[in-house]
Amino acid sequence: MYRYDEFDATLVAERAQQFRGQVERRLSGDLTEDEFKPLRLMNGLYLQLHAYMLRVAIPYGTLSSAQMRALAQAARQYDKDYVHFTTRQNVQYNWPALVDVPDLLDDLAKVEMHAIQTSGNCIRNVTSDQYAGAAAGEVEDPRIWCEIIRQWSTFHPEFSFLPRKFKIAVTASPQDRAAVKVHDIGLRLHRNDAGEVGFEVLVGGGLGRTPYIGQTVRAFLPQDELLAYLEAILRVYNLEGRRDNAYKARIKILVNALGIEEFAARVEAEWAKIDKAATNLPADEIARIRAYFAPPAFAPLEDHAEALDAQAKDDPEFARWRRRNVFPHKAPGYAIANISLKPIGGIPGDASANEMDAVADIAERYAFDEIRVTHEQNLVLPHLRQADLYTVYQALKKAGLATANHGLVSDIIACPGLDYCSLANARSIPIAQRISERFAALDAQEEIGELKIKISGCINACGHHHVGHIGILGVDKKGEEFYQITLGGSGAEDASIGEIAGRGLSSDAVVDAVETLVRFYLDTRQDKERFIDTYRRLGPDRFKEALYAAA
Amino acid sequence: MPLLKFSGNRLANAIAEAPEEIALEDAQAAGSLGEARALLIPNDAALADAGAFLEAAETIILSFPHFKDGRAYSQARQLRDQYGFQGAIRARGDVKRDQLLFMRRCGFSEFEIEGADVEAANGALNEFSFAYQAASDGAAPVWRRRRDQRAAA
Repeated sequence: MYRYDEFDATLVAERAQQFRGQVERRLSGDLTEDEFKPLRLMNGLYLQLHAYMLRVAIPYGTLSSAQMRALAQAARQYDKDYVHFTTRQNVQYNWPALVDVPDLLDDLAKVEMHAIQTSGNCIRNVTSDQYAGAAAGEVEDPRIWCEIIRQWSTFHPEFSFLPRKFKIAVTASPQDRAAVKVHDIGLRLHRNDAGEVGFEVLVGGGLGRTPYIGQTVRAFLPQDELLAYLEAILRVYNLEGRRDNAYKARIKILVNALGIEEFAARVEAEWAKIDKAATNLPADEIARIRAYFAPPAFAPLEDHAEALDAQAKDDPEFARWRRRNVFPHKAPGYAIANISLKPIGGIPGDASANEMDAVADIAERYAFDEIRVTHEQNLVLPHLRQADLYTVYQALKKAGLATANHGLVSDIIACPGLDYCSLANARSIPIAQRISERFAALDAQEEIGELKIKISGCINACGHHHVGHIGILGVDKKGEEFYQITLGGSGAEDASIGEIAGRGLSSDAVVDAVETLVRFYLDTRQDKERFIDTYRRLGPDRFKEALYAAA
Repeated sequence: MPLLKFSGNRLANAIAEAPEEIALEDAQAAGSLGEARALLIPNDAALADAGAFLEAAETIILSFPHFKDGRAYSQARQLRDQYGFQGAIRARGDVKRDQLLFMRRCGFSEFEIEGADVEAANGALNEFSFAYQAASDGAAPVWRRRRDQRAAA
């Protein structure tokens, strides 16, 4: 993991101090709420329906045990004993008092955490693959480049007042677990035919009101050229992106208005003029950062399958958890475990302070002190010994964190919705809870197989409904909550935007509708087809027909 | 409108001189700056179109129609880094204390700022000891400081 040196630590401490001053100016009345708003929105502090909400950055979703404990402690001390993990690998506090926020941020600064650029029209927290450094098949650990981008983008003087927010994701694996095709910039590390490592640079992906899949602006960019190239993209966007309408201000609108060839030509022209030596990191600094992401000291182990098989035979619940939540590790004898934050009937992504402490203890003892947050609002223990899996499972079970539903119908992404959010048109959380309860039986969930349901409470699409196999969008119709279903979306390497299935449904009908769709899939699937595969094979009409015939 | 200018590394109140200004469009129509010494470049102008007038201008004025409109940051960087503009770059419009550091780093040297409190403005410029990235103020980015520190060790 990256560790702060004196420079990183100083900047975070100075930012906390600066924000303390801004809060003091607000509390003393020197600043009106209107004047304070742009300042707090540079530091992740929103005013929601019922209270302030503070979003804390978890750079590329990586946490140490000490950081997880500090987040838990802050939840106890300044909030209501729980937090919400978001689709951007961040964490949110729902109920902090304004007067406490500076102290909360000071506490987090001590464990190298902050709220810098978690809101505002700037470059947001860079996200990545939750299995980075652990899964087989990576070119290298993508977090090296996330950290390089984090430093470059922090307080970037030119790009702090962009037309709109800006999200960058990095993957280094053929399996895209970071949804890079639906980001403003997606970076895919890969090897070219000459065996050199570089980035495919995608631009203009995004969800929201106008969803787009990102397009390739450069098929291969040598690694060490990254920052100047990013600067060129951001400058073209900053100068030419629309500012007359917030809904048309993301880079995707500019890219699609110009066309990818013209956009690429403008970026290349700007790139040619940038002082590369001043902007790109030199090799020694890249090496310094890379060293922090060297793999932990894996012991030379053998795979442990037979013993695990025996444990699984004696404990069918463990067998299911192992089947669903455990993912192969690149090192022999190790495994990756997903911790579901989607208990049946629970609130997706929420975790209590006690649960967070339990995860921290387990990670410290068994997982090289590392925890990951996923964009699907779960946690991951990236480096476990297979020999410890059963013990870890039991510890998770004791903490209520062993739900074996990873990737299944109850592993739902949901935004906070109208229960919290001032932008929402409808509630998301209760819909997620009721779908989860409807499909409570894990045997049946396993029979259904991989099915990604994603729920947004408004068109801003924080719940990623466009890329759900089944997406659910909450809308307000004359004061009543309605839900529109989209089908066939995917945020993975086979990215696609879901299609609207038809007229909106009431909150009661939408849960039935999901069941109808699942039933139709089960009746028509062939072999091992996933829901999305059957949908793609049969096409939208058959599914729509099934959906509305029943309604 | 009160004007703050650098005197060395500190901002100081300057006499609100009003050098005769000309808008880029008018300069283009006239083919020169005429008597004017300050050139007003709008946010949507391509700097390439202003190229011929840059040498004659002592001051370039860039606008912030709203603090959220950050185009002038990029324009200032292009003027400094790509056009080698050495004169004054003045920020006009919705200029607030909390943006001054970003503006300076992008190459601005003068600020038209309402209710200018010189102490507060200088405080805002000094809230951070260093910056991660190179910009147009010549400050050594953190990676360069790390390297110097290693060399000294």
